[in-house]
Amino acid sequence: MTAETALSVPTSPTATTPILEVRRISKYFGTVIALKDVSMTLLPGEVMCLLGDNGAGKSTLIKILSGVHQPDEGEYLVQGRPVRFNSPREALDHGIATVYQDLAMIPLMSITRNFFLGSEPTIGRGPFRRFDIRRANAIVRAELAKIGIDIRDPEQPVGTLSGGERQSVAIARAVYFGAQVLILDEPTSALGVKQAATVLRFIAQARARGIAVILITHNPHHAYPIGDRFTILKRGRTLGTFTKDELPREEMIRMMSGGEELEQLEDELQHYRA
Amino acid sequence: MVTRIQTEAPRDERMLRENLIGKLLRRPELGAVGGALLVWILFALVAGDRGFLSLRGTANYLEVASQLGILAVAVALLMIGGEFDLSVGSIIGAAGMAIAILSVEYGWHIWAAIGVSLAFSLLVGALNGILVVRTRLPSFIITLGSLFIIRGATIGLTRLITGRTQVGGVKGTLGYDSAASVFASTLSIPDPASQRGLSAEFSISIFWWLLIAAIATYILLRTRPGNWIFGIGGDANAARNVGVPVNRMKVILFMATAASAWLVATIQVLSAGGADTLRGEQREFYAIIAVVIGGTLLTGGYGSAIGAVFGALTVGMVQQGIIYTGIDSDWFKVFLGAMLIVAVLVNNFIRKRASEAK
Repeated sequence: MTAETALSVPTSPTATTPILEVRRISKYFGTVIALKDVSMTLLPGEVMCLLGDNGAGKSTLIKILSGVHQPDEGEYLVQGRPVRFNSPREALDHGIATVYQDLAMIPLMSITRNFFLGSEPTIGRGPFRRFDIRRANAIVRAELAKIGIDIRDPEQPVGTLSGGERQSVAIARAVYFGAQVLILDEPTSALGVKQAATVLRFIAQARARGIAVILITHNPHHAYPIGDRFTILKRGRTLGTFTKDELPREEMIRMMSGGEELEQLEDELQHYRA
Repeated sequence: MVTRIQTEAPRDERMLRENLIGKLLRRPELGAVGGALLVWILFALVAGDRGFLSLRGTANYLEVASQLGILAVAVALLMIGGEFDLSVGSIIGAAGMAIAILSVEYGWHIWAAIGVSLAFSLLVGALNGILVVRTRLPSFIITLGSLFIIRGATIGLTRLITGRTQVGGVKGTLGYDSAASVFASTLSIPDPASQRGLSAEFSISIFWWLLIAAIATYILLRTRPGNWIFGIGGDANAARNVGVPVNRMKVILFMATAASAWLVATIQVLSAGGADTLRGEQREFYAIIAVVIGGTLLTGGYGSAIGAVFGALTVGMVQQGIIYTGIDSDWFKVFLGAMLIVAVLVNNFIRKRASEAK
């Protein structure tokens, strides 16, 4: 399947068990209510866009989902079973992988060494057990070829890749190590148009393979074409989850860019002209 | 550096040649190899006819380089892992004194004394590591503290036990010959340049240096822990999140560094036949200089053991080469400091060229 067809065919949400669900979760930092009574479901093979202004609670929510924070109230279920993660590693072991904006990629290390850090394939036994670089390079080359990045040398430093390629490598790594849920925090925010397209295409490919994706983005032009459903957060609470039909593009853009505030601002700015 | 190619077939064989220069530029030790070569040529021109190029001259600077190099290789691993150890010089003093006191004053078999000294060094390294990991203080601070604690305790205890600050007579202790053959023997090669028929004595420490460098390089480039060391130094949090045992690796690296100091101490005590409480002073700085000249990044995550080998070689050549030129060796430190700064500038330049986005 080419990336273009994958992009244009939205997967229909089927009536299966949500791969991930939160029920009325709340999180407090001291006296600050970061999240209050937020519920959300995520189905296999869908892209859920998490929208909201700064301070709306998006970061807190994904940090709970990825095991960095624990909710103070409410339930967190993975494939119908309640869970409580004490570390990102535990979430990872349940197939929930988070790719942060800063990527957690080490620029001076090679692509292969980054890709396999912590999960290096080995060859040989006992004291002769060693990092199987040849196999690791072959896997990296093949995995990246799948997403249309043809690298000349998997041992070149990650720093030589473009931003979009780095994002894609980070996502490819999560997928390769068996992620069922991908949480992507602003994957396109620092990217140019072409590079962002590379990443969006790759998200569509991951969805086509049945992986569920939670996408956090500020950019409605990135969210709308790829998203199947949209959850909107405001001041720590959820305004609900909408499908594409329920939420016309213009309405979404208005909500995302803080429409009311912008209109107010426009009025204010008018005064200065006079 | 990245190209998108329509065909999916790997083209390694063709790419290899185009990429060779790029690949070389990407190696951290490139600058150090060039620097060592440059220094050698310089001294060969200035002092070649005064003995620098002779076999004995070579054995001379190789011995100095080897003792520094043993330290530098271990320190390189630690620094790639993102930490410092300023206490290695003090550990040399303490470990050497432990061997001398136990064997000479208490009449222990030398191998037992060497073994206890190793255990002590590993313990100190582990303590350094655990303190760094637990307190989350910079290792610079922790090991600066242990630098003074260990040196002070060594002087204090030695004076308390022996009434002196130097202990000699190791050559007469039980089992000395067998230990000396492992740590302090030399390979004699007749020097054709010598009119008096003298031989060049190649110290066994050169062998230890190369062996340890080979092991360290293998670990770094071809094992899982090696990859973790790069990861820990590059981004400890990222490494932790993908399951790398960051704290355990750091403690092990501090222990390895302490063990290298013990090896240097053992070689020195057995060659000299005695120990001095001030042995190893400032060696921590020489080791760091050798490592940095070798292309290892001060902030961790990048570097090589081979680079440290050439860094140590460079320092050794300068230290001994100056004597052959006839310039007062007081000037050695001026050269060393200047070399450090130039090396960092050159290495930064190379690294930038090698790793910048296209």
